[in-house]
Amino acid sequence: MIRILRQIIRTGIVTEPLEVMRAEEDIVRISSELEDAVKKRFRGSLAIRQVDAGSCNGCELEIHALNNPVYNCERFGIHFTASPRFADMLLVTGPVSRNMEIALKRTYDATPLPKLVVAVGDCACNGGIFGKSYASLGGVDNVVPVDAYISGCPPAPSVLLHGILKALKI
Amino acid sequence: MSMLKDAIISELGSDAKFLDNYQHPLSVVFCSVPKARFLDAAKAMKKSYAFLAAEWAAEETPWFGIFACYRWMNEYLIVKTLTTMDDPTFPSITKKYLPAYRFERQIHSLMGLTPLGHPDLRPWIKFEDWPENAYPLRKKFDASKPMPYVKGDYEWVKAEGEGVYEIPVGPVHAGIIEPGHFRFQAVGEMVINLEERLGYVHKGIEKLFESLSWQSGVRLAARVSGDTTVAHSIAYSTALESMTGCVVPERAYWLRALFLERERIANHLGDLGAICNDAAFAFMLYQLSYLKEIMLRTNHRLFGHRFIMDRVMPGGVTVDIDEEGKREMLAELERISKDFERLVVIYDESSSLEDRVRETGRLAAEQARQICAVGIVARASGLNVDCRLFNPFPPYDKFKLNVPVLISGDVHARAWVRVEEIRESIRIIRFILESMPEGSISGAVDKPPSNTAGFAAIEGWRGEIIYWLQAGPNGEINRCMVRDPSAVNWLGLEQAIPDNIVPDFPLCNKSFNQSYSGHDL
Ligand code: SF4
Repeated sequence: MIRILRQIIRTGIVTEPLEVMRAEEDIVRISSELEDAVKKRFRGSLAIRQVDAGSCNGCELEIHALNNPVYNCERFGIHFTASPRFADMLLVTGPVSRNMEIALKRTYDATPLPKLVVAVGDCACNGGIFGKSYASLGGVDNVVPVDAYISGCPPAPSVLLHGILKALKI
Repeated sequence: MSMLKDAIISELGSDAKFLDNYQHPLSVVFCSVPKARFLDAAKAMKKSYAFLAAEWAAEETPWFGIFACYRWMNEYLIVKTLTTMDDPTFPSITKKYLPAYRFERQIHSLMGLTPLGHPDLRPWIKFEDWPENAYPLRKKFDASKPMPYVKGDYEWVKAEGEGVYEIPVGPVHAGIIEPGHFRFQAVGEMVINLEERLGYVHKGIEKLFESLSWQSGVRLAARVSGDTTVAHSIAYSTALESMTGCVVPERAYWLRALFLERERIANHLGDLGAICNDAAFAFMLYQLSYLKEIMLRTNHRLFGHRFIMDRVMPGGVTVDIDEEGKREMLAELERISKDFERLVVIYDESSSLEDRVRETGRLAAEQARQICAVGIVARASGLNVDCRLFNPFPPYDKFKLNVPVLISGDVHARAWVRVEEIRESIRIIRFILESMPEGSISGAVDKPPSNTAGFAAIEGWRGEIIYWLQAGPNGEINRCMVRDPSAVNWLGLEQAIPDNIVPDFPLCNKSFNQSYSGHDL
């Protein structure tokens, strides 16, 4: 136990205070705006359900990173929920594979209104390298309506925060 | 002389025709056998204790080739047999080799060739709403068109009896992970059977390769499984380079190894954190994911991408490292290794963690051998396999490597193999930074000659990745076979789960952490 406490103290708080993220100038502005937007529109709590509709898992890794202590998205009131039934927002990755089409539609239907859908990654935006084929239906908006798009392969966590904010401002 | 080649000759005699100058690199033995003796070849391989590495089919109009690739120690041998459209069948080798079970279901579903004697021909990857005669890997199939939808059902394995109930999970899971379906049969808390159903993220990758140029194929390989982007790019490039005889500059090899080991450390850190988190020890998740983030940021600063995606190309690599960068990386490693060692002590001393991870999700050595497991899963279950050791691609032939092998095969063993590998990779990276030769970082790559094949086996962080490339009559990509470690290791999860309690499933699954995308292709 003592070792755990020591390590916690040694590590300190690594979450980057908004003004320190200087390298990524944009983030400073985005983060404070993000917090405001979450406060205003969702009373301080934005529940996100992530759906992998056919991704290569690269996008998932970066969405995961939002939870690490550096980005610590919970401080903005953003948290990931296990069920679409509690979600305010769906983050959808990947080109929609034909085999995931039904599951994606069902998840979309299970999400209560009003809901926001954000397409994450080049594949989700337009099919990316996989395009449209017998097995891939291309971008997410070919299957469910999309409110905002975040491009990148995969988009870095800072870019994800930016994109989520954009979606909240719609 | 090759042990496996000898075994084939003594079993099949002149029925086995060895082809020179078709399969590259030439160290990979390639022979073709009559269809009636395909199974005999498998028997001979089994007797020699060889593993089945992969089985696949390729259309070589008007023929179909069926291929089985075997591995023993540092040897690879590919057995090929031919069949025609009039008789689209081949002898199943599933009874000899368990992993053929899924390989053959896949050949049956996507190429439309029937493995005779296979015990279970339910479609795999191909879902029930696909038209029955849709065989995407056949040349006539138009991959650019959407397929019509049909009605159909998937037949699940059933268990009956008093108190037996079923739990279906997925394809959309509770966390931020890839989709797949698991079906448990349980009595009380105890799982008596697990059936996996995968294929949800099938994107038609193998077919898509056939429409790409050799150069652009590497971008697709980099996206087969995003967490393993470096290893897949190296595997594709190495297979292509073997066919073209291109000279890769020495320095490029060392940089590839540098990227590969960084990918290994980053993923292992993430996995260890996730395993501890599923055993209710969130402290470790945050600590380890912080270390991982430090690595990804260094990657971004030095190489321009957090996962070093698209930095390996046929012929070499696209980014170099200078002295300043080396210093930065050494300092980063110093810091990570110090923190990591402290965390390992905490892991080791936590009795509540130990209680969860020991004896949980056991894959016995014999089971691992039967499914021909590879990578961390194999090494946690007593199998000493690692292509960096037994089939060293440069620069791994230049230094000694310690590969951890544990025998208990439980969650703890799979975690501990990762711990040891992180330590070893840190050591390797330090050595690479010190000993890397100077020089250019990429060479020219020609188009491969027509009617040849290339092969590569690269040890990614999950395990051995195999690419088999085939140039058609006009020198185009006729077939690109991708075998991610997940294609065999997923079978291991099914074997490890029975006799565990349902709530331990996420923990076991994390400890395997196999790729869905790499499996479904
Ligand atoms: S955008 Fe890139 S990282 Fe994301 S799913 Fe597509 S290929 Fe993978």
